[in-house]
Amino acid sequence: MFVAWRDLRFARGRFALIAAVVALITLLVGFLAGLSGGLASQNVSAVLALPGDRIVLEDPDKGEPSFSESSLDKATIEAWRKADGVDAAVPIGIGQGRATHEGQPIAVALFGVPTDAGSSGVGDLAPHKADEIGLSAGAADQLEAKKGDKITIAEKTYTVAEVSGDLWYSHTPVVTMTPDAWEATDKALGGTGEATALVVSGDADWKAIAKDTGTVADGHIASLSALETFKSEIGSLGLMIAMLFGVSALVVGAFFTVWTMQRAGDIAVLKALGASTASLVRDALGQALIVLVVGIGVGLIAVIGFGTLASQALPFLLNPWTTLAPALAMAVLGLAGAAFALRTVTHADPLTALGSNR
Amino acid sequence: MIRLDDATLTYPDGAGRITAVDHVSLTGKPGVVTGITGPSGSGKSSILALAATLIRPDSGHVWIGDVDAAKISRREATDLRRDRIGIVFQQSNLIASLTAREQVEVMGELGGHDERARRRLVRSHVEELLDSVGLAGQGGKRPAQLSGGQRQRVAIARALAHEPEVLLIDEPTSALDQERGAEIMELIHRLTHERNTSTLLVTHDLVHRKSLDELLTVVDGKITEHTTQHGASGASAAAAPSAS
Repeated sequence: MFVAWRDLRFARGRFALIAAVVALITLLVGFLAGLSGGLASQNVSAVLALPGDRIVLEDPDKGEPSFSESSLDKATIEAWRKADGVDAAVPIGIGQGRATHEGQPIAVALFGVPTDAGSSGVGDLAPHKADEIGLSAGAADQLEAKKGDKITIAEKTYTVAEVSGDLWYSHTPVVTMTPDAWEATDKALGGTGEATALVVSGDADWKAIAKDTGTVADGHIASLSALETFKSEIGSLGLMIAMLFGVSALVVGAFFTVWTMQRAGDIAVLKALGASTASLVRDALGQALIVLVVGIGVGLIAVIGFGTLASQALPFLLNPWTTLAPALAMAVLGLAGAAFALRTVTHADPLTALGSNR
Repeated sequence: MIRLDDATLTYPDGAGRITAVDHVSLTGKPGVVTGITGPSGSGKSSILALAATLIRPDSGHVWIGDVDAAKISRREATDLRRDRIGIVFQQSNLIASLTAREQVEVMGELGGHDERARRRLVRSHVEELLDSVGLAGQGGKRPAQLSGGQRQRVAIARALAHEPEVLLIDEPTSALDQERGAEIMELIHRLTHERNTSTLLVTHDLVHRKSLDELLTVVDGKITEHTTQHGASGASAAAAPSAS
């Protein structure tokens, strides 16, 4: 790293420029990751917070399983309950409606959840009485309601029994009800009142039971594909992030390729003097790593700063998956780009140092 | 000590091959500056490339001390250059980002199995080396801040930093005026004697001949004449004690 450090010091303007570009790309990637995470959280956090090992949805004759279209009748639920290896099968109703507090209506996701659903973000918010509801933090915030307040849903008034959890479904905050209250509300809103999903636990042959009952049984993450908005939203943002990663690798790779080509004469001289190829490779990659670490570090600080501000007004998720993971991926891809430049190092002919006019 | 023993080197030339070095034998003795001269294309730089282990002969031997460089791998040749050979290039070939002191120190930073020991050795006498080439107090300057003669002095200090047995110098005065050229040649002569290096120096410029202890003339890849400082001369290779 002897020459690498001194090159950095000598050509500080050039390296500062590329570090700034890396920082900017890190900011863009981090911001997009944070926004994607925030949007995803507002779309699916309640699904991920459902209890059980698998989420069962209706498998329609045409099209893909969907939370918005799924409807499970009592016979299907019973078939799951009686299936070998199934310890628990809890029907969950999911719908959307409006909740009003002191004349202020907001759109909410209505979850019908029994009190014995099992410990989970959604299960813990289940009310015990038919005239009670549980409010997620987002719902309580938007309704400006607290425990004990009265909330109207489908012209029926409920008492807020619990406020907890950052639970969202399809960009609306979650309100939990008892299964009976949910069935009545769903019917009042034009639905069938049948459960939307079944959360099942145990050690069963999920595929076989699902096939026999005309349903699908997937893990929580896999079930997210049954949310149409999630697929399109995350697909678009994920593509943008992937493209930014590609641009990052290209920019860093191109810079170090040109830089190393410009140094080809120095590399030949160092080889002629006796520098090992390993030490020259270490120098080149070390130099790239320093630029990447500085650029990514600055970008990361900017992501955390701007992200903290943005999260007050936007759905922005700031956690290691939206900050450190993209930063690490940037470093790996940047180094991969820089590795393309190594051919100049490994193939430099020390013989060219003799008699050369540089 | 460096010795080429019946070394032949050919290069591809269209469908055939051209002989650049033709059965050359020579010996560079410790404490002796051996000049190699000849017309352009005569093969003198190829002889230097062979001596520097930058290329292997088609046949014959290149002895650096007791190691035959014609028989070793590229990696071993790199180790050999790093440990036992110093090279001064035609245009000094200094690295733009390094100061004069760092140009010398870089010889201790070239990797290899004994890098720490080499680093200690080099750093222990950087200032003394710069002083000995007449650059005391100039160690903080970069190549762009030095004159052509000063750059060549730095290159000489760099080549001697790891205390090599063999010093190989390629056209050291080609970019210098006569006065600066004479100073550099005198410096090489003095340091060769002080440090007991076996010095081979390629030059086409015989103005500074008095700084050469021995002179080999190369024509068409063959050594045709060998003379010493004291005037002894051999018209053919066989007549010369250290070159044939």
